[in-house]
Amino acid sequence: MAEYNWPEASKRSLIGKRISRLDGPEKVSGKAKYTYDLKRPGMLYGKMVRCPHAHAKVSSIDTSAAEKMPGVKAVKIIQDPGSEIQWAGDGVVVVAATEEHLAEDAARAVKVTYEVLPHLVREEDLSKAGDRAKPAAEKVAGDPTKAFSEAEVVSEGTYSIAVITHCCLESHGQITEWEGDKLNVFPSTQAVTGIGGEFVKALGIPATNVRVRMNHVGGGFGSKFNADRWGIEGARLAKLAGQPVKIMLERDAELMVAGGRPSSFAKIKMGAKKDGTITAWESNSWGTGGPGGAGMPPLPYVWQIPNQRMNHTGVATNIGPARAWRAPNHPQACFLTMSAIEDLAAALKMDPLEICLKNISLLGPRASLYQEELLKGAEIIEWKRKWHLRGDTTAGHIKRGLGLSMHTWGGAPHNSECRVTINPDGSVSAELASQDLGTGTRTVIAIVAAETLGLPIEAVKVNIGDSAYPPSGGSGGSTTVGGVSSSTRRAAADALDAIFKAVAPALNADPANLEAAGGKIQVKGDASKSMTWQQACARLGVKPIRANGKQPDPAKGSLASSGVAGIQMAEVTVDTETGIVKIEKLVSVQDMGLIIDAKTAESQIYGALIMGVCYALYEEKIMDQATGRMLNPNMEFYKLAGIGDIGTLVVHLMTGQEQDARGVIGLGEPPVVSPGAAISNAVANAIGVRVPSLPITPDRVLTAMEKKGGLT
Amino acid sequence: MSRSPVTKSRPREGFSRRDFLTRGASIALSTPLVAGAGVAEPVSPAADVQILGPGKVPITLRINGTRQNLSVEPRVTLLDALRNYLDYTGAKKVCDRATCGSCTVILGGKMVYSCSVLAIEAQGKDITTVEGLSANGKLAPIQAAFVENDAQQCGFCTPGFVVACKAFLDKHPSPTLADVEKGLGGNLCRCGTYAGVRQAVLAAANTMRGGQKNG
Repeated sequence: MAEYNWPEASKRSLIGKRISRLDGPEKVSGKAKYTYDLKRPGMLYGKMVRCPHAHAKVSSIDTSAAEKMPGVKAVKIIQDPGSEIQWAGDGVVVVAATEEHLAEDAARAVKVTYEVLPHLVREEDLSKAGDRAKPAAEKVAGDPTKAFSEAEVVSEGTYSIAVITHCCLESHGQITEWEGDKLNVFPSTQAVTGIGGEFVKALGIPATNVRVRMNHVGGGFGSKFNADRWGIEGARLAKLAGQPVKIMLERDAELMVAGGRPSSFAKIKMGAKKDGTITAWESNSWGTGGPGGAGMPPLPYVWQIPNQRMNHTGVATNIGPARAWRAPNHPQACFLTMSAIEDLAAALKMDPLEICLKNISLLGPRASLYQEELLKGAEIIEWKRKWHLRGDTTAGHIKRGLGLSMHTWGGAPHNSECRVTINPDGSVSAELASQDLGTGTRTVIAIVAAETLGLPIEAVKVNIGDSAYPPSGGSGGSTTVGGVSSSTRRAAADALDAIFKAVAPALNADPANLEAAGGKIQVKGDASKSMTWQQACARLGVKPIRANGKQPDPAKGSLASSGVAGIQMAEVTVDTETGIVKIEKLVSVQDMGLIIDAKTAESQIYGALIMGVCYALYEEKIMDQATGRMLNPNMEFYKLAGIGDIGTLVVHLMTGQEQDARGVIGLGEPPVVSPGAAISNAVANAIGVRVPSLPITPDRVLTAMEKKGGLT
Repeated sequence: MSRSPVTKSRPREGFSRRDFLTRGASIALSTPLVAGAGVAEPVSPAADVQILGPGKVPITLRINGTRQNLSVEPRVTLLDALRNYLDYTGAKKVCDRATCGSCTVILGGKMVYSCSVLAIEAQGKDITTVEGLSANGKLAPIQAAFVENDAQQCGFCTPGFVVACKAFLDKHPSPTLADVEKGLGGNLCRCGTYAGVRQAVLAAANTMRGGQKNG
C-alpha cells in the first residue's frame, strides 16, 4: 500500500524549502511564450468595434466600407440592430485583417448608429439610483435594538471602497483556429480545463472537438475564467475567414470591460462597553458591480458580534460587469469592518490591538491563532513602542501612524487529476490540465512529485496548460495548490508503489519495505541494499509506469484543508501639507497549513501587500456620469504603485507541526484582504481623522483634515 | 509615482521633431480657426528629407547583433515590428503609450519604450532586446538574480524590467536602494514583484562588481 500522507518534517528534502520557480529562466530571458506572443500559420488580427455609450440600443450597422478595406478578410456583426447595450466598450462588430493596424482601420470604418438610453454609472448617492437600487432582506442576529440601548459607547462612521479593475498586464484574449470541424483555442485563461466547455456550448460542437492550450498567462486575479464575447465571436470569425484569428484587448478595453471589483459603501454603527467589549453592530451598505448590482460583502467581517442588524442594497449600473477579484468581497468587508472597529477604539481612547485581544473570543474557532498572529505582528512592527492615541502630536507636517487588520479565507482544494509517468529511461513526467498564474503551480507540482519519488526537482518534467491532459480545476479562490499537490502526491505515490513491486525481487525484499530517497530505491534502514533510480527504471523493460492521482479521493486520506486566519499591520507617514501617504512598513503574519515552497509562498504575500498598496492609495475606476464613460482607461491615470511606493515589507510565515498537520491550504487570496484596512487605520492614527474612502488620495486626506478643522 | 523619462536621440533620417512642428504649423495656417499671431511662417520641406509611406517600406533593423530585413508601414512601432513582423516577443505590449515599461528595449545604448518609437526610426542603431541579454544560453547576472530572488510572478512585466535593470546597472554600478527605487520607477508590475526586483538589482550589482559590498 502506497504512502499518501505528507512526509514528516525531518524526512522532507524539498517540501517547505526555498526553491526558485522552475519557469524563472524562461521568463527572465523573454523565451516564455504567452498567448499574446503566439502566431499561428495564416493568423489574422481581430479588432472589435465598441459601443461608445453606457446604455444604448443599436439602430443601424453599415460594414460595407470596412469590408472593402485592404487586408480585411472577415467582418462580423455580433450585436444586431435592436440589441441593448449595457456598458460603454461592449463589442458590436468584429473584423479580421492580415495586419493589426489594418484591422484597426477597418474597425474605424464600420458605421454604427445608436439610440442612446438613460444610464447610471455612479452609485455613491443612493438617492439617485431610483429603481436601479435593489434592497435585500434585512438580516438580524441577537437583539441589536436592546444592545445599542444598553451600549456605553456607540461609534458611527460612513466608509467606502471604490470599484477597481483587474488591469492584467497581458490583456484578455485568445487565438481561435479551426482544423476542419475541430477548434483549437489558445486563450489567456485561469481555467485550461473549464474554458473549453463554453465554446462547446456556444458553438454547438462536441467537447471532443475543442482543444485548449496555454503555456503562460500574464495575470488573471479572478478575471480570466470565461471564454467571453471576444472568445466565442473570435471562433466564429475564424470560421468565417477560414483562417486563425487573434484578438487581444487593447489597454482601454481591458480596463473598461474586462475587469471590475464591486464597490462597497456603508454606514456603520457599533456599540461597546466602556472596557472595550464589543456588543452590537448595525450596517446599511450598498454597492455596485455593474448591471448585476452587488451582493452584500460578509459583514461584519471575521468578528462574530452577538447582536447585529444588516441592510444591503445592490445598485445596477452601466459600468461593465463585475468579475471575481482576488478574495471576492473580502477586501471590501474587511475595510468596512476593521475601519469601524478602529474608529470604535478611537472613541474609547483605547489601543485597537487591545480591543482585538479583549474580544478575541468573537473570532470563533481560530481565535487563538489570530491572537498568536497579532502578538507576532505587534512584535515585528514594535506596536507597543510606536502606537499612540489617534493623531500624531509631534511637531512638523509629517505625521506617523500605525494600523492593523485581520482576515480569513477558505482555500480548500479544487478537483484535480494528475498523471505521473515513469519511463524505462528514468525520466518522469507529471501531467495536468492546470495552469500557472505566476503563483508557482508548476514548481509546486514538481516539488511534490520529486519529493515523493526521492528525486531532485530537475528530474520531473511538469506538463500543464493543455486540455488533453487529465482535468484539473480553474485557478481561483486559492484552490489550486491544495488540488494539484494532492493529486500529484497520490499519482506519484502509486507510481512509486508500482516501481517498488517491479524491483523488489532484485533487492530480495518486500515491496512494502522499500523507500525512495536521494535518487535511489533502497531497503528501509539498510542502505547497502539499494539500486539507483536509473537501474530501477531499466527493470521496467519497455513498459512505462502510469499512475493517476485524484483530488478528492477519500479512500486515500486528506492532504489539504481550508480556513486560514492572518493579520497585517501598517506603518505610514502622511504629509499634512500635500496629503500624500507614504508606506513605511507593512507586516504580514500568515498561516497556510503545510507550505510546499517557502520562496514562492513569500512572493505571493509580497505581491498581495503590493496589490493592497495599489487599491489602498491609488486605484479607482473613475466613471463620468455625464458621458457614461470611464475617465481613466489607461495606465497613466489608472494608477498602480511603482517600485518606490511600497515601503519595507515584512512577511512572517506561520510554520511548525501544528501548521503541517492541517495539510495544504491555498494562499493566493488571504493576504490581499487586509492591506486596505490596515493602511486606512494607520492613516487615521497618523492624522487624527478617518479618511473615509479608498483609495486614500491626497485630496481626500486634505478634505478629511479640513472637515476635522485642521491639525489640532 | 516616479517615472523615468524616455530618452532617445534625434533620428538621422525621416521626420525630425522640427520638421514635424513646421509642417504642423503649415497645416495649422491653412485652417482659419487656429491661425493667428505667433504662428511660424510656413517652411517648405527640406530637400534632404525623404518622404516615406503611407504604404510599406523596406527597413533593416539590427537586433541583438543580427540584421533583419522587413517591410512595414511607417506607422508601425518598433514594438509591433519586433513582435508581429519578427518573433522577438520578449518585449510586451501592455499600455502601448509609454507608461508601463513592459516593452523596454535598449536602442543605440539608451533605454526606450519600444511602443513609442517607430520602427523606421530605429534603423541604423543597435537594438538590444531581452532575448539578447543571455549569451549562449547563460543567463546574465541580472537575469540570474531575478530567478534567485523570485522577482517575477506572472512574468509579463519581467522582460521589460530585466532590460530596464540592465540599462540602469550599466549606468549605476553601485546603486543604493533609493537609487533603485528612483531609477526603475518607469516599469509597472501588477502581481507585485517589486520586493524581489529591489533585491535582485542590488544582488546583481554586487555580482557584477565581483562580489564586493554594496555602496
